Amino acid sequence: MPDWERASLARVVPPARPRKLAKVPFVELADGRLQGVVSSGSDIERVYVSSVASGTFEFSCGTNNNRPCGGARGSFCNHVRALITEAVVQYGPGRVARYLKADDPGDEDAAATLIAGMTAARPPQGDRGSAGTVFSRFLRHLAYTEFAPATAPLPELQWFPTARAEA
Amino acid sequence: MRADLLTDAVAGLEAALEAVDAFDQVLAAGLLRPGPAQAAGLTALAGAVTGTPLASRTAEAAEKAAGGAAAEDDFLALAAGRTALLGSVHDALMSRIGEATGRESVTEEAPGSAGASPANLLNAARSWLCDVARAGWQGLDRETVAGAAPVVSALLPDTGLRRLAVLLDGFAAELAASAGPGAPAGRFPLRRWADLWARGLILTVPGAISPPRTSGVTGRLLPLGVDLTEHATAVQAQVHAILEPAVGGPPRLVRAAASAPKPDTVIGAGLWQLLRPHLSLLAAVSEGRSMDLEDMPVTAEGDLIWDDARATPGEPADPLATARVTLPTAADPRTAPLDRHPARIAVPVFLEAYTVAEDGTCTVTGCTLPVDAGRAPAAGPLTAAAVKASTACVGLLRWDDGTFRLQPLAVETTVKKRKAVVGAGDWGGGTADKAGLRAEKAAADARTVLSERAGRLLRKR
Repeated sequence: MPDWERASLARVVPPARPRKLAKVPFVELADGRLQGVVSSGSDIERVYVSSVASGTFEFSCGTNNNRPCGGARGSFCNHVRALITEAVVQYGPGRVARYLKADDPGDEDAAATLIAGMTAARPPQGDRGSAGTVFSRFLRHLAYTEFAPATAPLPELQWFPTARAEA
Repeated sequence: MRADLLTDAVAGLEAALEAVDAFDQVLAAGLLRPGPAQAAGLTALAGAVTGTPLASRTAEAAEKAAGGAAAEDDFLALAAGRTALLGSVHDALMSRIGEATGRESVTEEAPGSAGASPANLLNAARSWLCDVARAGWQGLDRETVAGAAPVVSALLPDTGLRRLAVLLDGFAAELAASAGPGAPAGRFPLRRWADLWARGLILTVPGAISPPRTSGVTGRLLPLGVDLTEHATAVQAQVHAILEPAVGGPPRLVRAAASAPKPDTVIGAGLWQLLRPHLSLLAAVSEGRSMDLEDMPVTAEGDLIWDDARATPGEPADPLATARVTLPTAADPRTAPLDRHPARIAVPVFLEAYTVAEDGTCTVTGCTLPVDAGRAPAAGPLTAAAVKASTACVGLLRWDDGTFRLQPLAVETTVKKRKAVVGAGDWGGGTADKAGLRAEKAAADARTVLSERAGRLLRKR
């Protein structure tokens, strides 16, 4: 019987799953929110910072220049919906639902079911106070593309074996 | 290989691990207001290092910590005591592996390293780790965990401090997941987090991660296979290989690695794309070739500090043939003193005449070892099914969770009625496989988006 508590290589965070990044380049479960950055469909210079809070499903959406999103009035806009959909691809429906404290949507049509469940609860629209933080976290995330690779050994990664998800 | 030795009990192991477990429980509740149970755990750790040079310092730190008055140096002393204890476990396990493989170890002592790291960054890291220990796994809140982010951001650009940065980054991500909504309450990976915590603290000692001394080697390098390790924001591909020195003498086991920080959406084939341009050896592995090295830097631990300019592709070489013929005569490298830990054990072995059961255990000469087929990279052909159908295997002998385990690197199996070698790192240098090509294309698209966004947004500020 494997004893998870006594294993140096115990699995804590499940591996992320591949997804297309063009529409939603950044998604994370952090600060008690599902939050991220959604590309504008019309203007390449513009991105939307969107979020949904855990528990209350309070949502917010606005541009990186802090203009409000026209679609986010009264309910989830398309950016928030895209954010949830991509989070489900990256993290799996169970993990997203647990973090948001939403009902487990199952595996079939998970994103749509999850969105329907949350909008049915008539979530409040929050202010965009966290948009700056989320956008800086996105920039910090992008900065990870720019660190030079190295060929000196990194023995600490021995604690982090890769995980092949077997079908 | 005498597999029977791997399932026999190792003397003293349980006692050492009990002391480790007792200490690991202490970190669950934290050391802000320690209770009697925690005092007992601290005493157990101090008791286990009695008679060593660490004895009095650990005992003093344990006493202060039990009184809720531990300073940063005391936390460091406790981490050192735990590290020494697991170092002794490592040594006992390695000596058992040596008996099982019958191979020699190189006798050369690993020299100390020289150089110093910026003290302010190391102090910031240490201070965060101490905050974490005071809070304990149960008492962690978002704010405490978030304290790691500025430290990691400051450490990452300095390649000399990257080991600490990557460790803290992976550790903090796990703590954040545990402190966030929806995490299962009251259940913690005690051994693992105490490992990461203690290792982090040790690396904050100035000099602990300064660059190792190297010498140059020339000769033929015969790859055995690739071990891929990653967390959300870092990856390393490490090639295990045998070096036949041009000057003669016994062949020696060596490793060559490339590693990099990465965004969490770079995964699968994207990892190979990231590392491939820095380690031509990955292409040699995919093509089933040896490489000829000219004055390649190597550490006393057997780590090649890879430089593409010092390596040229050589003759075809089959990893199973290398494992069958050359591996038994090769000398194992020694582990650097601070790296001695059971999780660090990764000893290449060759196995044949075994059976792999449905539950993924491998039975060889009557002894059964768990097989970690899940440690093969997702972007690669080495599936659990391929391992199960295999007749010979080169793999890494590891130890975790109280038992030796086998991580397959490459297997000999039958594909479409023909004998074939399937390796974990076969797609590392690129692939013609259909599924592999799809993964490469998707990963390339993801990278394009990220670099486009980075180019547009990072430079604007």
